Amino acid sequence: MLLDDHEGIGQGSRAICFAKRSLEIANRYGCAGPMLDKGVVWNVGKVFHEDRQIYEFNLLPEEGHRFPAFINLAQPYFEKFLVERVREAQAQGAPIELRGKNRLEGIEVKEDHTVLTVATPEGNYDILADWLIAADGAGSPMRGMMGLDFEGRVFQDSFLIADIRMLSENFPTERWFWFEPSHKAGASTLLHKQPDDIWRVDFQIGWDVDRAEELKEVNVRKRLDAMLGPDVEYEIVWTSIYTFQCRRMKQFRHGRVIFVGDSAHQVSPFGARGANSGMQDVDNLGWKLGMVIRGEAPDKLLDSYDEERAAAADENILNSTRATDFITPKSRISHVFRNAVLALSETHAFARPLVNSGRLSVPCIYDGLSLTGEDALTGGPEQTRPGSPCPDAPLGDGFLLSALDHGFTLLTVDANDAADVSEGGIVARHLSIEKGDDPSGALARRYLGEATSAVYLIRPDQHVIARWDTYDEIAIRAALRCACAKE
Amino acid sequence: MPLNTKSNIAGADEFYAELIKWHDGLSDEESAAFNARLILLLANHIGDRTVLSEALQIAGGSD
Repeated sequence: MLLDDHEGIGQGSRAICFAKRSLEIANRYGCAGPMLDKGVVWNVGKVFHEDRQIYEFNLLPEEGHRFPAFINLAQPYFEKFLVERVREAQAQGAPIELRGKNRLEGIEVKEDHTVLTVATPEGNYDILADWLIAADGAGSPMRGMMGLDFEGRVFQDSFLIADIRMLSENFPTERWFWFEPSHKAGASTLLHKQPDDIWRVDFQIGWDVDRAEELKEVNVRKRLDAMLGPDVEYEIVWTSIYTFQCRRMKQFRHGRVIFVGDSAHQVSPFGARGANSGMQDVDNLGWKLGMVIRGEAPDKLLDSYDEERAAAADENILNSTRATDFITPKSRISHVFRNAVLALSETHAFARPLVNSGRLSVPCIYDGLSLTGEDALTGGPEQTRPGSPCPDAPLGDGFLLSALDHGFTLLTVDANDAADVSEGGIVARHLSIEKGDDPSGALARRYLGEATSAVYLIRPDQHVIARWDTYDEIAIRAALRCACAKE
Repeated sequence: MPLNTKSNIAGADEFYAELIKWHDGLSDEESAAFNARLILLLANHIGDRTVLSEALQIAGGSD
């Protein structure tokens, strides 16, 4: 049951970049198609400093994936496609309920349940919930009601954000980032494209700003005109001012209350790690909570949600903090270095990897964490080591990730004698493939490396648990127990 | 061209963050002195006079 204090698709959250991993997760739930159809794919980015372009890059997508590295799509669309899929599942009998205009007023946390007081236009009522997932955003009322911490670093800067509809044609599908633009529209500005001829513009406008004054259309237009030049026609669709923090809760799990997404951790928007990490949180939690509720795994399996997603949150905060520090240097010497990098990057390739206007969201690898097992594949590729999310690869007429089971999978590549493995009621379904099933070689590069055969044990969220050269039933059983927190 | 101006640092973001962190809390003068020591250390490691001259020319803007 989902409680929503509004009714319908949220308009307040405005992420616009959804990464490959989010699309792969959405695809498992059957709603990536419309996202991909509607989303904008771009490959060319341009970086500007002061009055000139310093370089241009092309992301040159890696071959052999069903989904691009990311798409630009406004969050309300993303939510709409999720809700449409939920409606479809409901029509087929899935026991999902969405309750709009239901606002949480109070929580009473008991040892094995929580009592929720919910306000509706018709009055208040109580819900007794076995499990409660707090997905109520960075300002999380639930976190407040429970008096829990949310610590980290506040960045003293504000960004004016505008979605505009271009009326002029031929505006290119590229990402433009200006450091210290001479047009003075902001201390930095970012422009990129969304569907329906809408463009997202971010102006860095400093800390002490008069929000009401800045949001007046005439003032927003001044900035836009300075950046776009006098000949570009547009209409303003939506504007807002945001500030941001990089912080997280110490613990994401509090007994039977579990925090996900921005309520648990907040990052700067550079690098698209907010919405994307939220998707990974729920994907991580879903299968674990399912197993615990069905009695297939002990309660402590849920502690691994906290362990894994806290590690991911730290990684996301680190990456987004680095981008923020590069975009808005915090000291004079940091500013000197930043501008030295920009100046050198105009002619010297070595400086370009140091230019950081946001690193694209990639999923965390759960190296060495509790559920992660052994790496016994000699010469196996780094990218598929235990803890990694499985990279996609072409397989026959389709793709590998769609062939994996919704539960646990035992994937073998050119290995003999393997079969389904059943351990304490948990089954890992065997999927046997041969490297010849992908003539492009992507499958062999990603799953074999130097090895001639490989056996992978894979979780329901498509992270690798452990891997071996050959089928070893005892080792597989042990890894499967460990991945269910039964060891 | 003996001076390598292609990307050569694995984990560029991490290196950059570490470099900036060393300057945390330093005055401008202390930062300049830090940079001077760093340059001298790296120059000694490189050793090759041609390479060093080329780097100096690029840094001076005459590339």
